[in-house]
Amino acid sequence: MPKLNSITELDAYRATCLQSHDAQRRCLTVCAGSGCTAGGALDVLAALRKDLEKRGLQDRIDVKSTGCHGFCEKGPLMIVWPEGIFYNRVAARDAVAIVASASNGRQPVEKLLYQDPVTGQRVLREDEVPFYARQKRILFGNNGRIDPKRIEDYLRVGGYSALARVLQGVPPEKVVHDMKRSGLRGRGGAGFPTGVKWEALRANPATPKYIICNADEGDPGAFMDRSLLEGNPHSVIEGMIIGAHALGATAGFVYVRAEYPLAVEHLKVALQQAEELGLLGENILGSGLSFRIKVVQGAGAFVCGEETALIASIEGRVGEPKPRPPYPVQSGLWGKPTVINNVKTWASVPQIINRGADWYASIGTERSKGTMVFSLVGKINNTGLVEVPMGITLREMIYDIGGGIPKGRQLKAVQIGGPSGGCIPASLVDLPIDYEELTKAGSMMGSGGMVVMDDTNCMVDVARYFMEFLAEESCGKCFPCREGTQRLRELLTTICQGNGKEEDLELLEDLSWVMKETSLCGLGQTAANPVLTTLRYFRDEYLAHIRQRKCPAKVCRELIVYSIEPTLCDGCHACVQVCATQAILGEKKKLHEIDAGKCIKCGACLEVCQPKAVLVS
Amino acid sequence: MPKLKINGIEVEVDHGSSVLDAARFLGIPIPTLCHDDGLTPYGACRLCVVEAANSNGARPKLLSACTLPAEDGLVVQTHSARVERARKLLLELYVATAPQSKTLQDLASRYGVRQERLAPKFESCIQCGLCVRMCQEQMMAGAIGFAFRGAKRKVARAFDLTSPLCRQCGACMYICPVCELRCHGANAESTLCNGCLNFATVCFQSYDQAMCFFDPCHACEIGGPVRSDVAVKLSAVKSANEQER
Repeated sequence: MPKLNSITELDAYRATCLQSHDAQRRCLTVCAGSGCTAGGALDVLAALRKDLEKRGLQDRIDVKSTGCHGFCEKGPLMIVWPEGIFYNRVAARDAVAIVASASNGRQPVEKLLYQDPVTGQRVLREDEVPFYARQKRILFGNNGRIDPKRIEDYLRVGGYSALARVLQGVPPEKVVHDMKRSGLRGRGGAGFPTGVKWEALRANPATPKYIICNADEGDPGAFMDRSLLEGNPHSVIEGMIIGAHALGATAGFVYVRAEYPLAVEHLKVALQQAEELGLLGENILGSGLSFRIKVVQGAGAFVCGEETALIASIEGRVGEPKPRPPYPVQSGLWGKPTVINNVKTWASVPQIINRGADWYASIGTERSKGTMVFSLVGKINNTGLVEVPMGITLREMIYDIGGGIPKGRQLKAVQIGGPSGGCIPASLVDLPIDYEELTKAGSMMGSGGMVVMDDTNCMVDVARYFMEFLAEESCGKCFPCREGTQRLRELLTTICQGNGKEEDLELLEDLSWVMKETSLCGLGQTAANPVLTTLRYFRDEYLAHIRQRKCPAKVCRELIVYSIEPTLCDGCHACVQVCATQAILGEKKKLHEIDAGKCIKCGACLEVCQPKAVLVS
Repeated sequence: MPKLKINGIEVEVDHGSSVLDAARFLGIPIPTLCHDDGLTPYGACRLCVVEAANSNGARPKLLSACTLPAEDGLVVQTHSARVERARKLLLELYVATAPQSKTLQDLASRYGVRQERLAPKFESCIQCGLCVRMCQEQMMAGAIGFAFRGAKRKVARAFDLTSPLCRQCGACMYICPVCELRCHGANAESTLCNGCLNFATVCFQSYDQAMCFFDPCHACEIGGPVRSDVAVKLSAVKSANEQER
């Protein structure tokens, strides 16, 4: 690759990339994000390549791996270009049929096309799939079209044109002004106006200045940042270089959790290619801007997603937060002015530059602009990553995009924002999703985790589950969080075991209040949200556990009993074979019985019982 | 020189002062546990939280006064209802964690903690970090530090090995607010004494002298009567604990 020393050279190189790419050429792209890879995408790729070679077609048809498309429920995913035929649930054994269809220009492989679950209709292209049709994928749109390990692909879809525009003639103050005008708010969870943060940094005369990309993404169930870094790392890099120009930063860091090896690898490849081309380093494209980015890996602590703890970790110290003020823009990395933003925030920057602040501000609600990326998981038919304009209702998310609740069950609650967020009850399903509305309802946007729950989820157990996570991940520096998370976990466990007292509810509220008000950092301040929201909206469930020692959702182990209905049991003996504690007694063809003393309520017998004779009460 | 408002009083302080410094300058008492004038502020005990906001009308937050830089335009309330409730709940949590500490019992008394709803843990460390900072900053040894995370976090020597840096000076023991003053009250099992600072020596019920040798008990000096309502509350706490067991 050549070293580009000016914007003219960049434009020329981009033109050669475009020219050398034949848009009409047959290309088979396979999603190779972590999710689809776990589903066998690499086997699919290998099988395709093998079959093409067998038929001598490898020079006529290309095979490419791309980043995450987002429809993880239906992975591995494929797109056949130039028609844009969308295949889902592809397996390695389908390779032969796919190649045959692709090479002969024949009909697409019908069984691999997306099928509407209600009408049974098959659709041909990605944009015809309801899951995608209602999304507005300004950040994720290119994930399925480019190979993240080839910078030429990024250039071909217009990559680094925002950087060129900015270096050519947009002074730093104007970039900051545009960021303010766009209304972009930090996508890491707190939603602080990005432009205001950048402006505060510029007001600080101290040097050197640093920028950091927070890719720690600790929320369990959240994988948006992972998919963006795996699938389109250049979008984040470009955003950071533009940021360096706007903020006068000389060095940047991407702090990415070590549990994302694919993201780390793709990021490093992308950085190396960007440096080779001269988009990073000294005197970028002849503009005078010098900027380098280094990758720093985390070491397995959720608390290191907190900005001051993250900074401590980069400095080589223990990842513990420090009180703010002073904020990182005043005194951050090594005491110097630092802007730290989330992956999705940085990726939004080139979009805003290219399409304009007014365009961005036209999307979303009055105070929450742009799109938000959610990881839609839990009891939902269409699991995956969803990018939607702010202001969309929960109802649309769950039913129109998410395809509703599986097995015909009823929606009970949606946990938004991960362990720091709260549960929104089904009664608020028409709530428009934006920062203010969610805060009013007692939850928070967070980084975009959305866990859907149905009537088989026990809300007390949900609160307990999140509290166990937070008690484990609390750094332990400040007293209310360290002690409070432990005590809340103990209290919730006691209630789930049926030993709760009515006074415990007031104690839960008081402890939650003091954690929220006095904790040193955001982890502690939001740790009580699952407890507070479940108490607010599902108090009757708590009371059932306490007063009647019952778990209405039949989840809490000490409060349920497994039994076999005598009239339904056919003596097939299947349950005995899966019972880990030999708690089921019975001879073949005769009525079986569960010994409640030995039963650990694992649910294995429930799964295998054909006549549905196992009852939980 | 930053000018800020504390409890409605305008005060101008030196650059680099904290809100805690400014409040003390005005003679306003703010309780602390992890603070010492000779050591860098840590902000971990959260007892010194005050309500603070910039004058731009944003909703005030509870922030630790010891780490909060005194800046122009800051508006601070040190004794609002929100602050008092926070201190009271924190102290209820503190006494439950280390009920045998006289320092914590006294603070709880002073802030009106009258009920203890949590089971006592009898830990000997509240992780205020004073010992660590004392060893590092004043004794220039750095033989102890914090290890692990969350509930497992503790003050330790490196890898739990005898430290060649430790000179056995005892400064860590000297500065510790928990182990330095033990409450030797008659009802060591009960978690809330309230006796020492409320002119009621509970010790006299079982001993013939006050047990807090290091700090003269106010009751001894003034010789006040045992307050019957305090004694009643004490038995309520005692029986609640018996019920737990």
